[in-house]
Amino acid sequence: MESMNGLIYALASLGAFAFCAGIVLAIAQKIFHIEGDPMIDNVDALLPQTQCGQCGYPGCKPYATAVASGEAEVNHCVPGGERTMLQIADLMGVEPKELEQEASAPMLAFVREDECIGCTLCIKACPVDAIIGAPKQYHTIIADHCTGCTLCVEPCPVDCIDMLVKPELIEHWAWPLPDTKRSQLGHERREQHAGHA
Amino acid sequence: MPAMLRTLAQKLGLMAHTFPGGIHPDMHKLSAAAPIEDAGISPVLILPMKQHIGVPCTSMVKIGDKVLRGQKIAKSEGYLSVPVHASTSGRIVKIEEHAIAHPSGMGMPSIFIEADGDDRRDESLEPITDWRNVDPTILRERARMCGLAGLGGAVFPTFIKLVQDRRFPIETVILNGIECEPYLTTDHRLMVEQASEILDGMAIIMHMVGSSAGIIAIEDNKTDAAEAMQEALTNKDGMDGVHIEVLPTRYPQGSEKQLIYTLTGREVPAGKLPMHIGVLCQNVGTTKALRDAVILGQTLTERIVTISGDALPRPANLNARIGTPIRSLFARQGLEDFSNIQVVHGGPMMGERLRHPDIPVVKSTSGILALSQQAINAAHTVENPCIRCGHCSEACPASLVPNLLADLCRSDQLEKAEDYQLFDCIECGACSYVCPSNIPLVHYFRYGKGQISLARREQVFAEASRQRSEGRDTRIERENAEKAARRSRVRKTHAPKPAAEPTTEAVASTDTASTTRPDTKPIPEEKS
Repeated sequence: MESMNGLIYALASLGAFAFCAGIVLAIAQKIFHIEGDPMIDNVDALLPQTQCGQCGYPGCKPYATAVASGEAEVNHCVPGGERTMLQIADLMGVEPKELEQEASAPMLAFVREDECIGCTLCIKACPVDAIIGAPKQYHTIIADHCTGCTLCVEPCPVDCIDMLVKPELIEHWAWPLPDTKRSQLGHERREQHAGHA
Repeated sequence: MPAMLRTLAQKLGLMAHTFPGGIHPDMHKLSAAAPIEDAGISPVLILPMKQHIGVPCTSMVKIGDKVLRGQKIAKSEGYLSVPVHASTSGRIVKIEEHAIAHPSGMGMPSIFIEADGDDRRDESLEPITDWRNVDPTILRERARMCGLAGLGGAVFPTFIKLVQDRRFPIETVILNGIECEPYLTTDHRLMVEQASEILDGMAIIMHMVGSSAGIIAIEDNKTDAAEAMQEALTNKDGMDGVHIEVLPTRYPQGSEKQLIYTLTGREVPAGKLPMHIGVLCQNVGTTKALRDAVILGQTLTERIVTISGDALPRPANLNARIGTPIRSLFARQGLEDFSNIQVVHGGPMMGERLRHPDIPVVKSTSGILALSQQAINAAHTVENPCIRCGHCSEACPASLVPNLLADLCRSDQLEKAEDYQLFDCIECGACSYVCPSNIPLVHYFRYGKGQISLARREQVFAEASRQRSEGRDTRIERENAEKAARRSRVRKTHAPKPAAEPTTEAVASTDTASTTRPDTKPIPEEKS
């Protein structure tokens, strides 16, 4: 009988504690409620913002939304490449996945102006407003703002837009790793550590 | 332990301040006794559009133009920039990419001048002999116009430092005559031969920043330079606040932050400039060039270049025009065959290894070296494991932990490397020099720094793209809303008749069902 009483006291006190904790949590949820999903912004911040749609979503934010809700895999961002994939996987706490497509070299769109008919279709297609022009005026691309998404190439009725490889600037050149065996070895180890040899 | 004891003694004032670490490499000052010679004018001079830290210039001339010596041929395109001037009179023959001293091996758009041999000067700039009564801002503009950039090797635009800022008054002007890199002797020879002119330049700097105290710093392996400067100083009027400090030779004493600490005991905080602690540091060569710009009205068209190295028959100090191909300078000193020779631009510690000797002298060319394979130590290409000896940490003048930083850079843990103050590294090479395992430490730091700035640049670009994309989305939304609003307005004002009939029908059909609805009422009213 003594032991039975002890059991009841224990259950009652734990139950009461759980009930109180539940109330506190419910209130806390109301007070510290966050509008929207912060995960979307966190994922969006990792994406390269080319707005290219190569992931199958209409832009970076929609893809971020899909990734944050678990709908989409982490490996669909083509221009972001391996680094972005690893960062997203790390953020989402999921296993890294093999990339489906290799990222190409950074590109820039270029309008061959003497062939442009001034139809403004490319201007409407550009997701970052990087094309200047007006109806029946030559259009041109602001190279500093072009993300190389290629979305302007398709709508052009006269095919006057070329995708050029972005020229490497001497100011933007970065030192490669030293050309020694050990430096290569260090890199291989890091890749093994990241889960894909 | 000795390092800790030293720090303690310095803090208690028992010992003079001195920067931590440092090394004593063989100095190889082969050209220390060679007087400055004039290198003459090369038939073709090649002037890269960017010879300073900052924004590149754009050309102001076209092919076929005649130019005079000292005439501006490329203008600066931003604040952190200085113009480029023709270094002799002649004709512009071409404007195209040419190799420069850069580790990437990439070229730089350059202006080629064919010398006409007359070497006529552009005399449009008035000499300012009475500079003591001239406003410092005018002198500052003169320094910018004349294309002055730090001739010690960093080529930071000089005019930017020469400013009077009420928040950061300059207390001490330091004249840097340390020249701690092995082989180089340009500053040394300049101090020996043109001490008085250098002091004129220093007086101009002190007038410009409104300071009365100055220190001339010279290492004790250049006693003749210190004597020459002392003699000139005693003969000069109005320089009572200036004294000469002879420091024990140690590399990298000539580095700005390290020198300031040694002389004043004040540390330049990370990410700040010397002016923030009330100090201005100028190289002696730059100071002399400033004097020429102000007193003679001459733009920067020549500089002193040490040409040296164990593979060079006749080491010398040459007064060379900017744009002179270094191959012709080597030929002048008796070196024509470059097989098995490593050419270095700058000093052996911080300079660039060149792939070929076909680059021009630029504003940063303090020296050009021809080194034999033995001298550059071929074993340095084999990297061995770190044995944790700690020599690199002891040698580091910025008090970093090089072996740890190198590991972090090698494994791309760049955020952590930044936490360990990777950007405080001045890339002096002391750690690589002492490493018994031949680890190319500085190379790892350069890789790490490059990757970090690359990532930062990408992030800035991504953020800008995101804003542009969001701006576009809101604009499209607004336009659609406006369009819809216009459409409904048009429907109301333009087509009352055809719209009226179906409305009445609709009202009629729903009449029985919604007799109580008040919103059906206005329509019959409108009809009447």
